[in-house]
Amino acid sequence: MSQLVFIAFQDNDNARYLVEAIAEDNPEAEVQHQPAMIRIQAEKRLVINRETMEEKLGRDWDVQEMLIDVISIGGNVDEDDDHFILQWT
Amino acid sequence: MAIKNKKLNLKDKYQYLTRDMAWEPTYQKKKDIFPDEDFEGIKITDWSQWEDPFRLTMDAYWKYQAEKEKKLYAIFDAFAQNNGHQNISDARYVNALKLFLTGVSPLEHAAFQGYARVGRQFSGAGARVACQMQAIDELRHSQTQQHAMSHYNKHFNGLHDAAHMHDRVWFLSVPKSFFDDARSAGPFEFLTAISFSFEYVLTNLLFVPFMSGAAYNGDMATVTFGFSAQSDEARHMTLGLEVIKFILEQHEDNVPIVQRWIDKWFWRGFRLLSLVGMMMDYMLPNKVMSWAEAWEVYYEQNGGALFKDLERYGIRPPKYQDIANDAKHHVSHQAWSTFYQYSHATNFHTWMPEKEEMDWLSQKYPDTFDRYYRPRFEHWAKEHAEGRRFYNNTLPQLCQVCQIPTIFTEKDDPTMLSHRQIVHEGERFHFCSDGCCDIFKNEPEKYVQAWLPVHQIYQGNCEGSDVETVVSKYYHINIGEDNFEYIGSPDHKRWLSIKGKSSDAKDAKGESADQDAA
Repeated sequence: MSQLVFIAFQDNDNARYLVEAIAEDNPEAEVQHQPAMIRIQAEKRLVINRETMEEKLGRDWDVQEMLIDVISIGGNVDEDDDHFILQWT
Repeated sequence: MAIKNKKLNLKDKYQYLTRDMAWEPTYQKKKDIFPDEDFEGIKITDWSQWEDPFRLTMDAYWKYQAEKEKKLYAIFDAFAQNNGHQNISDARYVNALKLFLTGVSPLEHAAFQGYARVGRQFSGAGARVACQMQAIDELRHSQTQQHAMSHYNKHFNGLHDAAHMHDRVWFLSVPKSFFDDARSAGPFEFLTAISFSFEYVLTNLLFVPFMSGAAYNGDMATVTFGFSAQSDEARHMTLGLEVIKFILEQHEDNVPIVQRWIDKWFWRGFRLLSLVGMMMDYMLPNKVMSWAEAWEVYYEQNGGALFKDLERYGIRPPKYQDIANDAKHHVSHQAWSTFYQYSHATNFHTWMPEKEEMDWLSQKYPDTFDRYYRPRFEHWAKEHAEGRRFYNNTLPQLCQVCQIPTIFTEKDDPTMLSHRQIVHEGERFHFCSDGCCDIFKNEPEKYVQAWLPVHQIYQGNCEGSDVETVVSKYYHINIGEDNFEYIGSPDHKRWLSIKGKSSDAKDAKGESADQDAA
C-alpha cells in the first residue's frame, strides 16, 4: 500500500508561493485545487525549503511562517531553521 | 570590534525557552506534584526523550496567532458589512451552522478545559508547553466560532442558546458525552482520545472537506474560522502523533493499553462523525465531495499510512475499522433519515433532497442509495407534498456508550438494525454495535452512569414527559420557529424575501412555521 504524506493550505496569496516552492522542490508531488484550499500529496516525503521560499518571495522567510496558512498535514514532522519536512518512515 | 548579534537556532531557542524554564523540585516529591501521571499504568522512564517537532516558543506563538486573528477578523468584518448571509447558496445551508454551533463549538471549549487540566499533569516540560498552547488555541476556536455565528443569529432562527442546548438536547448528548468521557479519563488516555484519535485521525474529516464546502456555498465567515482553527490543528496533530510515539517508545507494557484506547476512541470518533457525514451529503447545497470520498481520502488513505507507520511499535489499525469503512456507504443517509423524522425536536430544519441532489447521491453511492434510501426519501417527499410531512413521535432506544439512537445497520445486511445488549449486575444495557458494547464491557462502572436523554425524559428529569414541553421548556427551542420542516419555515420565507421571490415575509423571523404534523 502506498504511504502518502500531505499538506493543505488556504488558497491565498501567501500560500501560492508555498505551493510553487513545494512543486519545484518535490517534482513528484501531486497538487490538488479544491474550493478555498490547495492540497499537496506525495509518496513518503514532502519538503518545504526556506531558501526556495526566500527566492520566490524576495525577502527573508521564517519556516514557522507556514503556520499562518497551513490547514492540515499528514506525516511525521521534522522542522528546523531551513526546512519543514513531512515523512513516513 | 563589533560582535555580530548571532541569532539562536530554532532548536537551541526552543530548548532555552521550554526545558530550561522548568526546574527539578527540591522540597516537594515529584509524585506529589504530578499525582495522576502513573495511575493509568503508563510507564514513563525518561521525559527528556520527548521530541517537539514544531519548536514553537511562546513569543513566536503570540506573533503568529495575532497574525491569524487579524486576518480572521478582517474577513468577519467584511462579511458582516456586506451582508454576507445574503450571498450564500441557499438558506437551507444555515442549518448546518446551527448544528455546528450547538454540536461542535462547545467541544472546542471542552477541549480547552481538557488541555488546561492535563497540561498540569505531566512532569515533562515539553508536553506541558504543548498542552498549554493547545489549551489557548481551543479557547480561541470556541470564541471565533461564536463570533462567526453571531452574524447569522441576527438573521436566522435556532442559534440563540447554544451553550444551554449543548447541556440538554438529545442529539447534543452525543458530542457532549464524547468529551465528558475523555475529560474524565486519565491524562494519557485524554491525549490518546483527543490529540491522537480525534485530532490526528478524524478532525480532517470535520474541518477540511466540510469547510471547503462552506467556501463553495458562499460562507466566507465559516470557511475562514474553520481554516484558521485548522491551521492550529497542524500543531495539534503533531502533538497527537508525538504523544503516541513517545508513550509507545517508553515501555513495551504501554503498547496494549494504548491499543485499547486507540480501538475505543477510533470507534467513538467514527460514531460522532456521523453528524458530519450528513452535513456534507445533505446540508451543503453545493457539494464538494461525498462523505464516502472524504472517508476514503482522510481515513482509509491517510489513516492507512499512519497505521502502517505505527506497525513498528506493535500497533495495529483500530478494531472494527472494516465495519467503519463499509459504513461509509450508509451512515450519512441513516443519520439524515433520523433527523428528518425527529426534526420537531431539534433547533434546525430538515428537508428531503431535491431531484438533482438525489441523482448526485445515486452517483456517489451507486451500491446503496437507489437500493436502500431513495425509495424511502421519495415516499417521504410524496407524503409531504400531500400534506402529511412525516414526524416520528416515539422516543428511540439509545446506545449506552455513543448515545446515538440505535439507527445503524449490520455490515452484511443493511436491512437489519445493529443492536447488542448485555446484562450487567442485573440491569440490561443496549448498544448500537459491537464497538460500543466492547467499550462498555471494559469499563462498565463508567458507562452505567451515562446521562441518556430518553431515560432522563422518562424519569421526569426534563421538565415534562411530552416532547413539546421538553423541547420548549427544557431545551429552549422555539416551537414553530427553530424546528420542523424547512419548506415553509420562517427561515425559508425570509430567504425567499431576501431573494425577492415573495413579498409576504418581510420579517419572517418570529412567524409561525408550518406545523401540519405537530
